[in-house]
Amino acid sequence: MQLDTLYREIILDHYKRPHHKGLREPYDAEVQHVNPACGDEITLRVRIDDDSVADVSYDAIGCSISQASVSVLTDLVIGKPVAEALTLHEEFLALMQGRGQVAPDEDRLEDGVAFAGVAQFPGRIKCALLGWMAWKDATAQAVARGAVREEDAS
Amino acid sequence: MTAVAHEAYDVVTVREDFPILSRRLAGGVPLVYLDSANSSQKPLSVIDALSEHYQRHNANVARAMHQLGTESSQAFEDARDKVAAFIGAPSRDEVVFTKNATEALNLVANVLGLAGGELGVRSGDEVVITAMEHHSNIVPWQLLCQRTGATLRWFDFDDGGRLDLSQLDQLVNERTKVVSLTWVSNMLGTVNPVSDIARRAHEVGALVVVDASQAVPQLPVDVSTLGADFVAFTGHKMVGPTGIGVLWGRRELLAQLPPFLGGGEMIETVTLQRSTYAPPPARFEAGTPPIAQAVGLGAAVDYLNGLGMAAVAAHERAITAYALGRLTEVGGLRVLGPTEPVDRGGAVSFELASIHPHDVAQVLDSRGVAVRAGHHCAKPAHARLGVQSSTRASFYLYTLPDEVDALVDGLEFAKRYFGVD
Repeated sequence: MQLDTLYREIILDHYKRPHHKGLREPYDAEVQHVNPACGDEITLRVRIDDDSVADVSYDAIGCSISQASVSVLTDLVIGKPVAEALTLHEEFLALMQGRGQVAPDEDRLEDGVAFAGVAQFPGRIKCALLGWMAWKDATAQAVARGAVREEDAS
Repeated sequence: MTAVAHEAYDVVTVREDFPILSRRLAGGVPLVYLDSANSSQKPLSVIDALSEHYQRHNANVARAMHQLGTESSQAFEDARDKVAAFIGAPSRDEVVFTKNATEALNLVANVLGLAGGELGVRSGDEVVITAMEHHSNIVPWQLLCQRTGATLRWFDFDDGGRLDLSQLDQLVNERTKVVSLTWVSNMLGTVNPVSDIARRAHEVGALVVVDASQAVPQLPVDVSTLGADFVAFTGHKMVGPTGIGVLWGRRELLAQLPPFLGGGEMIETVTLQRSTYAPPPARFEAGTPPIAQAVGLGAAVDYLNGLGMAAVAAHERAITAYALGRLTEVGGLRVLGPTEPVDRGGAVSFELASIHPHDVAQVLDSRGVAVRAGHHCAKPAHARLGVQSSTRASFYLYTLPDEVDALVDGLEFAKRYFGVD
């Protein structure tokens, strides 16, 4: 297997210098996700403000793919409306599960397109999705709490 | 350990018995299989035994009144005889076939929870394991303790991967009902002093369960002198098929224990109100067993006997010593577990600089070198050493020094690839 198909330069850059790393306050939801196969762990926080992703912060232990992937995620979703961020999540998921048959849209996924090669390494897809699944979970919780708060306020 | 006379075998010749070892992988690179602690490869004789069974003798066992049924039953029971002899079991009825070592350990933990009288585990009792166990020798005991109210305790191990036995007499006390430990650690490679611990356990009337999944493949085993009351192991790590495991138990204990699973073949008689149970081993073998797999395990035992377990153990020591020597030459590499080839099995886990084990294994795989990366189903052992995961290379009776060299070359390449030194 061609290693460079997997370890694209962009991925290694994000791995060595991850963006938005570290846990920050304030936040609306915090989740902990684990990859049971290898024990990789992530704690991820989401803050939603005015239906937009105001912040995503995280602390994670894991391989280059999982670390780079969450770094790319934060670049993509912070500042975006929640609905749009969720469609980016769907597109990234489709790319990972596409067995190499899905052509990624660079305008949409930006550095995320570097992960296209991961789809050809089935053992690593979970690594790439660890942070994304955590983010989706945290976002769903944050949105639900926001809805409850609004109800209470009304 | 006393020196046992044995004739060394020629590893290169032995490798010809294992068709998969000549496979080439993507890019035409030869396979370097260093994951035998995970699952061993199979010699042609085992593969043929499975095929021959299905082609010529296939039928259910113990219930088919026809020639094929007789042949199949005979082959299944012959396999039991072979396994019993291989591990020095005083009686063939002490060998219970399971689907794997995990099921064997769950079987013991469950029936000890169900048992009445002195054997039963109850609230106030203690179960002792070690911090280096595989999850399959942790979780069944946690479940047992949760169900019964018993307390789970464990031996710690030191930074060098050796059990801390300084607390032996406190940890194993009059409240202890079961001591369950691994003979050879799948992660650290440590060979534990089973007999010493068993002696103390028996002083206080506790039962001793041994997870021998990594021991039976690589050491001569004699359960009659080991000191254990129950021994669990699996076929696929000892050149046998998957889907077949073994629980050995002392006959008088098995005879007192209630069934684990209910169903066909484990009964004496059944009415709609109640049933009575067959004596061991049938009592613990409900349903159609893994027949062809048992036959394959019998062939695996024949194969290992052909080489001689003393010779297998000697090769394992030699190749592990060579690997430990070569690995300590790799800058930034830290072996997790004993670094000397003394009381040590053929699994070597390590950290490599700051490179995550997934990434190490991926780079090695691109060069045909198959290792395991992750927690190896031993998360507490990793936590004890302050690491989250590791890379593990494991060696077996067919491993060549050249393959260890390929591993070392691959590790050096990985460091260059990820820009660390």
